[in-house]
Amino acid sequence: MNLTQVLFWLLSAVAVFSAIMVITRKNPVFSVLYLIITFFAISGHYILMNAQFLAIVNIIVYAGAIMVLFLFVLMLMNLNKESEPQKNKYMLWSGAIAGGMLMLVMIHALQTDVPEKINSIGAGDIGLIKNLGLTLFRDYVVPFELSSILFLSAMVGAVIIGKKE
Amino acid sequence: MPIHYYIYQACVLFSIGVAGVLTRRNAIIIFMCIELMLNSVNLLLVAFSKLHYARAVAAGAAPTTGTEAQLFVFFIMVVAAAEVSVGLAIIVMMYRNVHNVDINFLNRLKH
Repeated sequence: MNLTQVLFWLLSAVAVFSAIMVITRKNPVFSVLYLIITFFAISGHYILMNAQFLAIVNIIVYAGAIMVLFLFVLMLMNLNKESEPQKNKYMLWSGAIAGGMLMLVMIHALQTDVPEKINSIGAGDIGLIKNLGLTLFRDYVVPFELSSILFLSAMVGAVIIGKKE
Repeated sequence: MPIHYYIYQACVLFSIGVAGVLTRRNAIIIFMCIELMLNSVNLLLVAFSKLHYARAVAAGAAPTTGTEAQLFVFFIMVVAAAEVSVGLAIIVMMYRNVHNVDINFLNRLKH
């Protein structure tokens, strides 16, 4: 086991464990905090694959902005207590079994006999900011500008929906 | 690392997200599970971009192959951020109407 494999298994274990904690905790605030840990583990995977720009954007946008928005809404609604009477055990078990079945089917369907190796730490520079920025502003300028219009409409929509009558 | 480890990791995270959507009843936690599914798909896209790059380099193609996949992930993050703001505004509005975010109370589309 070299360093890449050790880091990969460590990050995978952290991501899966905290993802399971997200869906099993009763208190929604703990779910948000465990989801932040999952996002940091996924950013670690990006760094391991030398996609540094995506790792930083993942931390800033997901762990920094979106999760803070979730925490704000949770605190605003006073939901930070254990308030979910899970009455229907039948529903719970059927949901868990359905998710497990989906996992088994997908893993079995995507199995390959000859697994190909992708590059390890530090190999390949397509994920660096320079290359991504050149491609973004050379070939994908129009989608980039359209996404700004999307953000503007999302902002206006959120304000209009959230406004009181 | 072989590519199939990343495929399995993304499948496990996606299935955990699906199980969370099916079992939980708090609308905000369901929304968080959807974010988890989006992130697992992003991880898989980045892994495939590296696979594409490794193949192209082995075949002697241009060393910028695979950049598009990472830009695709970037645009997925942009759309996810916009979606979260609108979705949370909708949840806040529902909470204001029925004073609850349990999805069993939200199944009538009117109150």
